[in-house]
Amino acid sequence: MKYICLVYPDEEIFASMSEAEQGRLVNEALDSDEALRRSGNYVDANALELPESAVSVRVRDGKLSATDGPFAETKEHLSGYILIEARDLNEAIRLAGTIPMARLGTIEVRPVRDLERYEEGFAA
Amino acid sequence: MSDDTSVAGSLEAIYRQDSRKVLATLIRLLGDFERAEEGLADAFAVAATQWPRDGVPANPFAWLVSAGRFRAIDRLRRQARHDASLKDLAMQFEDEAAEPETLSDETIADDQLRLIFTCCHPALTPDAQIALTLREVCGLRTEDIAAAFLTSAPTIAQRIVRAKAKIRDECIPYETPDKNELPKRLEYVLRAIYLVFNEGYSASSGASVTRPDLSGEAIRLARLLSALLPDPEALGLLALMLLHEARRAARATATGEVILLEDQDRSQWDGRLIGEGDALVKRAFAMREVGSYTIQAAIAAEHACAASMAATNWAKIVNLYDLLMHADPSPVAELNRAAAVAERDGPEAGLLLIDAVLARGDLADYYPAHAARAELCRRLGRVEEARNAYGRALALARQKPVGDLLKRQIAELDPGPT
Repeated sequence: MKYICLVYPDEEIFASMSEAEQGRLVNEALDSDEALRRSGNYVDANALELPESAVSVRVRDGKLSATDGPFAETKEHLSGYILIEARDLNEAIRLAGTIPMARLGTIEVRPVRDLERYEEGFAA
Repeated sequence: MSDDTSVAGSLEAIYRQDSRKVLATLIRLLGDFERAEEGLADAFAVAATQWPRDGVPANPFAWLVSAGRFRAIDRLRRQARHDASLKDLAMQFEDEAAEPETLSDETIADDQLRLIFTCCHPALTPDAQIALTLREVCGLRTEDIAAAFLTSAPTIAQRIVRAKAKIRDECIPYETPDKNELPKRLEYVLRAIYLVFNEGYSASSGASVTRPDLSGEAIRLARLLSALLPDPEALGLLALMLLHEARRAARATATGEVILLEDQDRSQWDGRLIGEGDALVKRAFAMREVGSYTIQAAIAAEHACAASMAATNWAKIVNLYDLLMHADPSPVAELNRAAAVAERDGPEAGLLLIDAVLARGDLADYYPAHAARAELCRRLGRVEEARNAYGRALALARQKPVGDLLKRQIAELDPGPT
């Protein structure tokens, strides 16, 4: 089964880190991706630019609007994700615990849902 | 070069057959659940790339243990670069791994028993014991355990995470208890297995009375346990579950309606399971003093081997309940004894005993007590009393099929004076 590990760093801890410390963290994160690849659990991973770079898009009444900034005004923001393949939720949790950012924030683990095409007329 | 699909197929088969044993041994070698699970996953990942190329090793089990162990040491070495406190542990494991591990059948069996006793350690709550045992010993996925118990996967996942943390933090030793402690500790293991069975056999809530997957797991666990540790009560529990399981098909209609013992089609009972259960009861009785599970199994065997309600040896069943009341007294056993007395001596005698239990208030909220009382009142022609008792049972029943049965029984009562 696939699970997504959503990475929410603790901004305060992050801001207090020196450039070298942040650099080491990045190296650790890359090592961690590599370890997941070796164990066959890696599917995909990406870090995201800061929330200030976000644009929130919606279409209402056929009109597209784009607003500066992230969708939700919260203290913690998504900074990246790691998509993994795991046997079950507890294995996903164990793997999420090996992600270095788990020490400096929170990793939200969520199962990926398979969408099946809805067949008209066959509603349960 | 081997055939890719056949290797993948045998890898899957080996995972199903051996992964729990590999895990049990790795926990002993690596001293930690998480590290062992990591090692297990790594070992199978390596196998998935190497075996198609090099073929399946002669002894896949030993290969997987060794691969898991060395990969765990590799990981520790890498982690020790960031965390110096792990250096000593990495060196200790390397030293230990230098001496080849002889994996005799006995060693493997010992490790499996260690895992079972650790998962069912009394420091863990029964819920945690069950979740941990089903995942680590049986290899069920968290999501499947949650579905079987009608709980959410995060709830079960947390239970498992906390249980493992407790095992680690309280330094619960990974071992089979010694002779003095064994009987008491075995009770916890047997109780956990029986709870799993009962959840499957008589689901505590929901639309269906039975959930066969859980009962099947419980029986598999009991088979494993009785093979590893042929204690009479382990055999007794296995027998009890087999004898209940034998009647599964006859307990409900295709649409899920409950069928009472007296109305069950006995030709639908599974004779093979009954034979196995009955033989286990005899084996357990021959071993030494009998315990509660063995006595309950003996009672179930009497029912299962009888050709009809009328042909049932009720006198022997009452005697077995007497024995049970001595070995493991409980109000529920007393209630069941009363029902057996009603069959042996007539409804009046049974009703007196049931009313004595109810008068103490012990089973006031237990629907089977009121349903049994109602049935005996009905037989005695005390229709209004029967109606009231069925009504009380209906108010307490949590399962829909049981509620439906009680409603039918109320509807079938004589209308009484109008």
